[in-house]
Amino acid sequence: MDASAPIKSSAAEDGARTLHIRHLFKEYRAGQPVLRDVSLTIEGRGLTAIIGPSGTGKSTLVRCINRLVDPTSGEIIFRGQNLAGLRGRELRHARRRIGMVFQEYNLVERLTVIENVLCGRLGYLPVWRAWLRRFPPADIARAFDLLDAVGLSAHATQRADQLSGGQRQRVGIARALMQEPDLLLADEPTSSLDPKTSVEIMELIARRAGERDIPVIVNIHNVDLAKRYADRIIGMARGTVVFDGPPQALEHSHLIDIYGGEGWLE
Amino acid sequence: MSEFAPAPTPTRTTRRDAFPPNWPFRIGLLLLALYVVYASSILDLTWPRFLLGLEHGQRFLGRMFPPNVAPDKLKLLYDGMLESLQIAILASVAGTLISLPLGFASARNLSPAPLAWAARLIIVICRTFHPVIVAILFVKAVGFGALAGVLALTVASVGFISKLIGESIEEMSMKPVEALRATGASFLSVVVMAVMPQVLPRFIGFIAYELDSNLRNSALVGIVGGGGIGATLFTAFQRFDYDFVLTIVLTVIVLVMIGEIISGAMRKLFQ
Repeated sequence: MDASAPIKSSAAEDGARTLHIRHLFKEYRAGQPVLRDVSLTIEGRGLTAIIGPSGTGKSTLVRCINRLVDPTSGEIIFRGQNLAGLRGRELRHARRRIGMVFQEYNLVERLTVIENVLCGRLGYLPVWRAWLRRFPPADIARAFDLLDAVGLSAHATQRADQLSGGQRQRVGIARALMQEPDLLLADEPTSSLDPKTSVEIMELIARRAGERDIPVIVNIHNVDLAKRYADRIIGMARGTVVFDGPPQALEHSHLIDIYGGEGWLE
Repeated sequence: MSEFAPAPTPTRTTRRDAFPPNWPFRIGLLLLALYVVYASSILDLTWPRFLLGLEHGQRFLGRMFPPNVAPDKLKLLYDGMLESLQIAILASVAGTLISLPLGFASARNLSPAPLAWAARLIIVICRTFHPVIVAILFVKAVGFGALAGVLALTVASVGFISKLIGESIEEMSMKPVEALRATGASFLSVVVMAVMPQVLPRFIGFIAYELDSNLRNSALVGIVGGGGIGATLFTAFQRFDYDFVLTIVLTVIVLVMIGEIISGAMRKLFQ
């Protein structure tokens, strides 16, 4: 397969991967909603960037999708299921199809790089196989392929705590892709990294998800990075969506609306 | 102006005091000193009494030398030591097996609140009494011998290990746990892949320490009827075999030192 011209999945499959968020509310403390009536439809392709000031609910929104945070009310429809209402085994099965990349990588520091990548398959394995490290050979082969894809083949058997920040985030990306997800969430994937590494990581997420046709939703502080890699930008402020459109449509006035003030834009 | 010129006096009229006197603390200290004097007069702790005690002690120590190494005594020593070692190992193994689930259940970041509180209650009960008191209870309940010793030290081990296991789970990073939950992993898979790698090295340290401390305490519980070298020691005291007492004491010291070396090595191995 030529990476520059990936085979596009059918429209029907895109439809199944479409994420519908309807009237989503989240209150951590009663009477203080962090998300106020967020409704969004995110197509099953491309990279969607969510921008907005700290504390505006971007992270909460993304975490509601895979239920690391439980929404107070509202619906999240994905692959024909309302994720907001799932529990137990059903929730775990839904989570298997949703990869996530974290701001602080969230690797298991004392495990090796390859073990961390294989953690992406835990939803499919009985616990004794994970415990005895009896992963299916096909999974192990795919884990090595993914390490090649993120440029870490040489570090496979090193412990994760010996890697640099950028390298750790590459492991995080490989772990998420190991799930063969239908949706990739990234919660501030570059906020703990230096500017150069940030670009490399965004490039890697966009490229590897793009060639596998995985839709991506990424929270990001850096507006320039968002404009450079996103197909669609969602601007949030005060717990609601205040901008939604292609990067070219994002104007000065929108940024003032999203972040407030204007001295910082000079 | 010299380099060591004093700091300019503050121009403000009210000087601020950086170290105000702590009067409640000073008064408390004075009261404590007065009580110590009062308590020692009540308990007849006098200098002549102490000197008399020293004289007794001297005679006692004199009768201890040289240590008794007669073959029949050595046989008693060997049997007692072996039993103590067995008591310590059995109690450590049983204590660890009970402590693992109990410790996990007591960690409030993994287990639901009612379960965590129930587990904590059990741990507190195990920790309430000193092993010697627990041993007296078990000797009354199941009779003299090693069984009572094993049970008493198991209770002590459960109290110690499960408390530390629970605490170290609560102190671990939740980030990998969150990440593995997000992959759809089951609770047990999360425990095996995200919790155990973080806490296992510390668990090994606790268990090694507890083995070491069970070895020391197994001599103690024997004195109240829990079997092992403690029983031999107590009998030797009652028969005024002070030279054999010395043999036993020296052997226990050597064994405890060996135990400490082994537990140190175990901890180093799993860092």
